[in-house]
Amino acid sequence: MALLQISEPDAPVPREHRLAVGIDLGTTNSLVATVRNRIPVVLPDENGHPLLPSIVRYGERSVDVGYAAQAMQARDPRNTIVSVKRMMGRGLADLPDARRFPYRFIDEPGMVKLGTRAGVKSPVEISAEILRALRIRAEAVLAGKLAGAVVTVPAYFDEAQRQATKDAAKLAGLNVLRLLNEPTAAAIAYGLDNGSEGTYAIYDLGGGTFDISILKLTRGVFEVLATNGDSALGGDDFDHRVHCWGLEVAGLPPLSPEDTRALMVKAREAKENLTLHSSAPINATLSEGTKVELVLTAETFTAITAHLVTKTLGPVKRALRDAGLTPADIHGVVMVGGATRMPQIQKAVAEFFGQPPLNNLDPDQVVALGAAIQANVLAGNRAAGDDWLLLDVIPLSLGLETMGGLSEKIVPRNSTIPITRAQEFTTYKDGQTAIAIHVVQGEREKVADCRSLARFELRGIPPMPAGAARVKVTFQVDADGLLSVSAREQTSGVEAAIVVQPSYGLSDSEIARMLQESIAHATDDIAARAIAEAQVEADQLVAATRVALAADGDLLDPPARRAIDDAIAEVVRLRDGSDNAALLAAIDALNRATGEFAAQRMDRGVARALTGRSIDALT
Amino acid sequence: MIDFSRNHFQLFGLPERFRFDTAVLDRAYQGLQGEVHPDRYATAGETEQRLALQASARVNEAYRTLKEPVARAQYLLSLHGVNAVDETDTRLPFDFLERQLERREAASDAADSGDTAALEQILDEVRTEARALESRVASLLDDGGAWDAARGPVRELRFLTKVVADVDAMLARVEG
Repeated sequence: MALLQISEPDAPVPREHRLAVGIDLGTTNSLVATVRNRIPVVLPDENGHPLLPSIVRYGERSVDVGYAAQAMQARDPRNTIVSVKRMMGRGLADLPDARRFPYRFIDEPGMVKLGTRAGVKSPVEISAEILRALRIRAEAVLAGKLAGAVVTVPAYFDEAQRQATKDAAKLAGLNVLRLLNEPTAAAIAYGLDNGSEGTYAIYDLGGGTFDISILKLTRGVFEVLATNGDSALGGDDFDHRVHCWGLEVAGLPPLSPEDTRALMVKAREAKENLTLHSSAPINATLSEGTKVELVLTAETFTAITAHLVTKTLGPVKRALRDAGLTPADIHGVVMVGGATRMPQIQKAVAEFFGQPPLNNLDPDQVVALGAAIQANVLAGNRAAGDDWLLLDVIPLSLGLETMGGLSEKIVPRNSTIPITRAQEFTTYKDGQTAIAIHVVQGEREKVADCRSLARFELRGIPPMPAGAARVKVTFQVDADGLLSVSAREQTSGVEAAIVVQPSYGLSDSEIARMLQESIAHATDDIAARAIAEAQVEADQLVAATRVALAADGDLLDPPARRAIDDAIAEVVRLRDGSDNAALLAAIDALNRATGEFAAQRMDRGVARALTGRSIDALT
Repeated sequence: MIDFSRNHFQLFGLPERFRFDTAVLDRAYQGLQGEVHPDRYATAGETEQRLALQASARVNEAYRTLKEPVARAQYLLSLHGVNAVDETDTRLPFDFLERQLERREAASDAADSGDTAALEQILDEVRTEARALESRVASLLDDGGAWDAARGPVRELRFLTKVVADVDAMLARVEG
């Protein structure tokens, strides 16, 4: 569908190309990419670096992100936050390796927080600094405001981790078009590049997370069959092993945070060196003047990290089993993430699948490139041949606590999203007027072994005998993999529905407040920003509606057509004015005016899809 | 908008049978998602986005129901007013139950001793039994329209999928 079918002299010119980016928010490094002239490219910083180290330092006067923060990590470890992705959506109890970090952790319900020089910061706020730096980079390179972004998350991220990532993106001033699973993003970059059909395994070992996705590519449809992983396993753990080995071999006592950081950096360098060499030196001078001079051989490195490599194969087996496949069914294994450069990983994967893995795209960049391709299409820059489709799954089962502390699974893992599932429950006492609902995520039978997502109560049930009330609990998982839960008592006609406000998520008002605070610090003007955002929204909606009218306008009778045309005209009239509230109201009115039309169009699309199928079936 | 009154078979333009060409289902599914998936409406207005979410979820649910043998059989029975898993009638043949209990015990022993090969073999056996049961269900439903007679085998099939899930969970635990 071309966007240039209609032009009206008094209308804002629909932008030919909407600025959209894909962002890979990594544990170690982050990237931003976009599609230019139909080719996805990573956007470098002003010094030509494609990567942004995912490191944030709260300095005396400023907040530094990336290389500037990295340079200070050994000197100011407590205020220089690395690997914040590991803390997203996690409580202190969820971080068994917390002692590895020199931070002042503050245990709070829902998500851990960190005490820094600049005050108490949540992982969401820290991640938002990284995302903001990438947004500013992209807006500078592309010379315009972004219409939207696709932000990637590990496929095995649970609800809390996804919600935290989306909150961080909003806080960074991004319009999130979609949260996209990292291995799926890589598959897009690969599949569209190589034009291949078949079943693929995407093995994605990043700095702090491991994902395996089994994905089928047929007729331009990417269908994820199963996913598994470990959201606390990555290249970081290999560094840590080298670090521990170094301490042991050199006979060092436990080190200060500064020295720990310094030695960890050397451990990482040694690990990277071993990709091409059979041994690597580890030389460091510690703060007390102690010299560390070690040589790590590839053999030793393989031996001390063997259990980590094995740890990745369990999820691989489970994903294959869930997909009902064996290693022999896999046509290709795509390697993603910098940590897959390690020779012992390459070897283990090759042995497991009985074939050499595919490495022809840069494992550091492939996720961002795939996200950029998806962002480009979602933003409406769909070109001919861009009618491919992505069908992803949720990684972990969602359920409710039932009597006896057991989890009743409502949405099983590897269900294709979006999905809506409902289950009926009843009261167990006479005259019971409220019912407690506890939403959990995980595969284990006992609620205590699953992750608690939310608790809420449905109140106002009219008194009835036990077992007479019928409470319908509905789970809805959207295309971002995010859950909302509602409950309703059916028999009484009393509608007491509630939507879960997850305990770990930020409320919209909290995000608005944080956004205001962050903007107040910058030179940005809040009002100008709000107007710019409303204008982008207005342009998108008007353009989308016009495309819809051009394609399916014949569905409308004259009064219905007039109502939509009038609503468009009102948005167009207010677009360049100064009354932002009026513009937002007009956008809202246009949204409402096109509701019925949208339903009719979808109907036509469905009919078209079915017709296409019957013809297929006949031939 | 997706017509919510159409049943799952009608939605995909399939005959109301247990056996059908799954390639036709897959193609119809992909065609429908191509029209209604939220990714097609990422820049659309809120109303359209909500409609797309509902329609896409409905298509996914219908697809999953027809794709999984147990769900498909139960659904087909429900279209003929027969409830396969009525809570007041959960009877299963004694020898069937005995076989599954023995199996579960063997699996549990294998899990305790960390024997993944044994667990995988048990999984294989259950799957083979499920396939045989599946063709029996297929004959009952498609060849004779024996709705009531199919209830028992459908319940057995349902039980077997639970055994598979249990053994699978044990394997996952053993593999860490």
